[in-house]
Parts: sequence; structure tokens; C-alpha cells
Amino acid sequence: MACAVSTETAEAAGLDPASPYRLAPSVSLRPEPFGALVYDFHTRRLSFLKTPTLVRVVRELAEQPDVTAALAAAEVPDAQRPHYLDALAGLASTGMIQPRGGTDEAG
Amino acid sequence: MKLVEHFQEGLDAPICLTWELTYACNLTCEHCLSSSGRRDPRELSTDECKAVIDELQRMQVFYVNIGGGEPTVRPDFWELLDYAIAHQVGVKFSTNGVRITPDRAKQLAATDYVDIQISLDGATPEVNDHVRGPGSYDMAIRAMDNLAAAGFTGFKISVVMTRQNVDQLDDFKAIADAYDAQLRITRLRPSGRGADVWDELHPTQAQQRQIYDWLLANGDTVLTGDSFFHLNALGSTPLPGLNLCGAGRVVCLIDPVGDVYACPFAIHDAFLAGNVRTPGGFEHVWRHSELFTELRSPQTGGACTSCVAYDSCRGGCMAAKFFTGLPLDGPDPECVKGNAEPALAGVGATPKPDKDHSRTARPARVTLGMPTPRTPDRACDTSPLAGLH
Repeated sequence: MACAVSTETAEAAGLDPASPYRLAPSVSLRPEPFGALVYDFHTRRLSFLKTPTLVRVVRELAEQPDVTAALAAAEVPDAQRPHYLDALAGLASTGMIQPRGGTDEAG
Repeated sequence: MKLVEHFQEGLDAPICLTWELTYACNLTCEHCLSSSGRRDPRELSTDECKAVIDELQRMQVFYVNIGGGEPTVRPDFWELLDYAIAHQVGVKFSTNGVRITPDRAKQLAATDYVDIQISLDGATPEVNDHVRGPGSYDMAIRAMDNLAAAGFTGFKISVVMTRQNVDQLDDFKAIADAYDAQLRITRLRPSGRGADVWDELHPTQAQQRQIYDWLLANGDTVLTGDSFFHLNALGSTPLPGLNLCGAGRVVCLIDPVGDVYACPFAIHDAFLAGNVRTPGGFEHVWRHSELFTELRSPQTGGACTSCVAYDSCRGGCMAAKFFTGLPLDGPDPECVKGNAEPALAGVGATPKPDKDHSRTARPARVTLGMPTPRTPDRACDTSPLAGLH
């Protein structure tokens, strides 16, 4: 039940787990022992990816056909996926990650 | 492990760092934390500055806070600004506004990845010029007018909170709103020339409560550089921010001659970690210096450990303790629980700032309660602007 609620939260925030995503072109990742710093040069917003697994998920986004596949590629256990979807929804809402596909894929 | 605990152990590179490009300054602010005035002949050359930027790019330091002195009086300032931006190092620079002409404002408004912070320490000329010097209020307002006319919105108005301006918090907010700018308030430190005026300028206990309450009401729209975490002991609602002294852990300072200090408020040999000119450069200092390694090791709360508020305030500001002669593992001089008074009473001679770049001839001070005197510029001994008007 909790999982379903979390998934709905992610969708409500504008993240579609069945769509392809990528890191925004203006965003850089800096690996750190705890995970990574994420910085958007455009908005000057700094965020933190608080686990190395979340860093893997974010890096996999551009390589995988959709968000669910990125979670699988980063070996996120099923029980933890709702938390990761929430984290990704947060990154999507601030523009750190964005839908990928069509003509802007090369960018 | 919580994120803040990782931060205490230090990161591979600073989250952001302050870089003071020159000790030269056209003003003589009473509380200048770097005792600026005269250029230091050993300051980093243009090429050396570019090499530091290259290194910051390699380390993925995403942005730097550039200050001084007055950074824009360096003849190569605009060149270095462009170089940093072209190398994925974003810049926010602090200025008193002296060089923010209409043309520069237009150029800056057209540049991505640059942010500007205008220093203003009074919402009225009288209060501002009392600490920043005659004409400095008008200079800042003129710069803000130029930025606004060029369409540069969202710049920062940076205010050091003093006993004289705490009552003006709403007025500062109104000024920021009028320019579509963002207000940033920070804590006065007894660093640099600030040590000389600390007793006169630092907020009273009642004003500390006033700042805390004001931040609780307005904190989501106001930046603080996390500098008021010592006030968290005043209540159960923590102020937004990391609640952590980041010195040598997530922040540091590079000074004009390339010396690396633990934080911008700690320009003293006791907090000097190394120099970017030595082999290994900045990266080696950041990752391996003895001082930073020590700052990243577990700290003891000393006399504060038994205080119920220790988890809230973490003992306060290292630099404020040092320059008021207090032990680093004791209470902050502005401890809101009143624990500093007994300790301060027993303090003898305080450590003097040992890097003074003040000009020898200082302009006459603006007296509060008196009309602002409009004196012409003095023939300052080594004014960086001499001959440039």
C-alpha cells in the first residue's frame, strides 16, 4: 500500500517511470564518498544524491529505455524502488533530470 | 550516516569556495574581515589565477564566491570572470558596486553563470556609511540601479548584521524586493578590522533573538550563508541550512597571494593550510594539509558538551571564538545561553589579525546621528583607483 502511494506521488510530481530520461545538459555530477553533488549551472541549484546507488540510477537513465529499466540496471531492490522514484521525481521537478527522446536526444 | 556527518569528514573538493582576488579596495570598511586596502605585491598573476581555475574545473568545484578587497579593481577581473565561466566554474562575485557601470551591467546581464552580490550594511546612507565609509551607500544604489536597468534580476544584496542595522531588516527586504533581488544577511565576525569594532557593532542578545525570529518568519526567501546556526539554541525550530561549521570541510578561502585558509573569516596563520603555488597546488592543500585533516577529525565540544543546546548550535563559529580569545572547544562569544560572558571575562590579550593590508591613512568616519559629510576623496596613499577617474 505504501508503495502504491509513493508511486502515485512520483507520478503526481511529473515523473513517468515508463518514459526515457536523462540528466539535463546544464547539470554536472561530482562523485563523493556519500553519493554525488549535482549542480545545475543554469539555475545555480545544488543538490545531493545521497547514496551511490542513486548516482548509478541517474547515470543509467540516459542508457536505458525508461526509468524502470534504469532502476533495474542499477540493481535497486524492489522494496526500495518507491523511494528512488520519489528521489527521481524530486530531481525532475527541479529540472535536474528531464524527459529524453525525439529531436533533443542528441543534446 | 547522515549527509551532514559526511560533510564533517570533508569532501574530495569544496562545495564552494571563496576566492579573494585582491587586497586592494577603494573603500575602508570598519569591519573588513580581510583588513583590505592596499594591493599585496605578491598577488597571483593572471596566468596563476587561470591555473587555479583550471584546477577547480578538474576538481569539479562548480562555483566560486569571488571577493576581496574589491575584486573589480583588478585590471584582469573581467578576463578572469570570462575564463572561469568558459571553464565550467560559475562565479558569484561580491562588490561594493564601484565598477558596475551601465555598460558593465548590460554585459553582466547577458552573461550566463554569473551572479552578483552587492554589499550594503545599512538601509539608509547614515547607517551604511557609518561602517562602509562616505558615499558607499550611493555607490551601491547606483550599481543596483544599473543592474536593474540592464534587466539583471535576482542579484544578491548582502548585509552584515550589526547593532545599528538589525532594526532595518524589513527595510532591507523592501529594497531587495524593489530591485527584484534577493536579500542575504550574514553574521558579523571579529575578523580582520572587525576585531577593532566588534564590541561596538556586534548585535546585543536581544537583537540576536530579533534576528532569529525574523529569520523564522522570512527565512525561506532570504539567504544567510548558514552563518546564524549559533542562534538555533534559541528555539526548537532550526533555521534553514546545514547547521555545521564548514571550515576546511566543505568550504575554504583562497586569498590574493594564493594562501589557503579554513574559511573566509579565519585569515590568520593559525588557520593557514598551505598555498596554491606549492607543488600539488590547491588540490594537495585541500586533500592532504595537516590543518584540514585535523578539522575533519572528530571534534570535542569541550566546555559546551554538557550544555543542552550543544546539538543545536555545535559550539558556534570557530573564527569568532579565536579572534575574541576564547578556546575553540568552548562557547561562541555570542552564545545565546550566556555561557561566553564568564569565559570572556577571563580572556587576556586577543590574537591580532596578522595579515593587515589596511591603508595607513583612513578616511574620516561617518558619525551616526549626524548628517553624512560629503567630503571629497582623500589623497589616499595607495588607492587602487588613483589616476583612474
